Amino acid sequence: MRAANKAQEQARRRTDEKGRRRDAARRARELAEQQAEAMPLVDDVERPRHERVVDAELVDPAPHGGILEVLSMRYLLRLIVRRELAKMYAASVLGLLWSYVQPATRFVVYYFIFGMVMQVHRGVPNFAVHLFCGMVFLHYFTETWAGGTRSIRTNRQLVLKMRVPREIFPVSMMIVAFYHTGPQLLLLLVVCLLIGWHVTWTAVLAGLLGLAILVLFSMAMAMIFSALNVYAQDTQNIVSTFGQFLHFMVPMIYPFSFIADIGERHPVIYQLYLANPLAEAVMLLQKFFWQPLAAHPESLEANFPADLWERGVIMLAVCALLVFLAQRFFSRVEGRIPELL
Amino acid sequence: MSTSIVVEDVTKQFTMAYHRSLKQMAVAKLRRLPLREHFKAVEDVSFTVEQGESIGLMGLNGSGKSTLLKLINGVMRPDEGRIRTRGRVAGLIATGAGFHPQLSGRENLYLNGAILGMGEKEITRKFDDIVEFAGLGKFLDTPVSHYSSGMNARLGFSIAVHVDADIFLADEVLAVGDRPFKKKCLEKLQEIRAEGTTIFYVSHATGSVRQMCDRVLVLESGRLNFDGDVDAGIHYLQYDEPTDDDTAADEEIGADI
Repeated sequence: MRAANKAQEQARRRTDEKGRRRDAARRARELAEQQAEAMPLVDDVERPRHERVVDAELVDPAPHGGILEVLSMRYLLRLIVRRELAKMYAASVLGLLWSYVQPATRFVVYYFIFGMVMQVHRGVPNFAVHLFCGMVFLHYFTETWAGGTRSIRTNRQLVLKMRVPREIFPVSMMIVAFYHTGPQLLLLLVVCLLIGWHVTWTAVLAGLLGLAILVLFSMAMAMIFSALNVYAQDTQNIVSTFGQFLHFMVPMIYPFSFIADIGERHPVIYQLYLANPLAEAVMLLQKFFWQPLAAHPESLEANFPADLWERGVIMLAVCALLVFLAQRFFSRVEGRIPELL
Repeated sequence: MSTSIVVEDVTKQFTMAYHRSLKQMAVAKLRRLPLREHFKAVEDVSFTVEQGESIGLMGLNGSGKSTLLKLINGVMRPDEGRIRTRGRVAGLIATGAGFHPQLSGRENLYLNGAILGMGEKEITRKFDDIVEFAGLGKFLDTPVSHYSSGMNARLGFSIAVHVDADIFLADEVLAVGDRPFKKKCLEKLQEIRAEGTTIFYVSHATGSVRQMCDRVLVLESGRLNFDGDVDAGIHYLQYDEPTDDDTAADEEIGADI
């Protein structure tokens, strides 16, 4: 039965058991005839052939280099980042300014609706900084995530034709996102300094921890979703939809004390809320930027979970593991990327 | 002489998904149509190439030539078997280089050069040569999407050829250029051949293959059916030799149907 199937299959494809088509010879002659005219004949060079000595080992042409290989290709990374930045604003008059218009309007809306109208800012000194601090870092995450998700598809020409470690595309979007958030960060710093900011070592430590969580989490998500988006382009729509929710899933337009209140009645919701690495990252960064601004920083401890430090350290380990797993996942599916594009 | 390329029992399988959306999949399921089908673009291919050999890769369209080249330059990975290459691999696979349509020729030149493993200094040093060989003139700073397919191929070939690669892959890229440029490219190819670069040259034109290559590989439905002398390879490809074996196989198939 199987043999009969196979024979039928071969008959259908008109090939013999070696894979040669029945009309192979005729077709080959036709093609050769067509192209004989097109290809000019060029004689071999009248020079003695050199023997080329290649000083290299025999290696896999497509090594699983991963993120580490990407980080060693600084020049290429720089070119790709520069190109992404140039491309994004290629045909716009305001150029790079556009990446500030949207966050700025969103900030104004949140500030008035949640602060002024709904009076969330009562009990939150320097509410604007509390809000802006969260928005800047969340913006970094959503930019990396959304940009990273699209990155392999938008670079399909390169992916299909040239060998590069494909992690370079999501990783480059991390750097592009930094260019977009950098000036906002600067603005945040200036505002903090004007209000009267004093740095303590604990605050610096909190800031660094928050930043590390943010960067690692962004990288892992960008990598996983860039690969998923090759399989189904729905991914980028899911990502942009979900990105909108994120603003409400971290304590920035409301203080953390709201969540702590809910937590007394619904401990599950409380735990789920804090299972979001971005919530920890934002609070740790608020500890750095926002808390020291107050006249009595100790009085703001209610705006942070009591175990924020422990949670932060655990979350850092979780995010590092996530990057590792993202790399494993990426390496596994990467081989199929060119055929799916 | 050292080994340049080792290909061992390499198989590359493609999965063709016929239906991408959920609705289409449901309809296909109801009609009992296959959702996806596998086929082997390259099947169990093994060969070894010495440094400096010039290989003519022949076979009908769809026989797996481009896939094999993609496996050698690392764009794709084999599903089974393994491939090893020594040194820098450059070249053009299928028509058109890996260019970004919105970027200018200049930006693409730098980007492509960097991907092929050149540093900033090396590209800057070779920049004028590349531009001159490609003959783009004032179009260097126009987006590549405005280029004709010939210009595209010219720039791509020019970059690849100036990389000073140890292995050069020339797929049917030259099919799009105009005649004088093709001549120029083939001359250049002969030049790098004389310098001892390993070359993979894909063409249907027998005369051109005879002049360019020392050895021919013939792929048929992804299988390596001939590996050897150029003339014998061309003969194998173009003329049937009805042997007892062949006719027996044909009858067998006929009987089953």
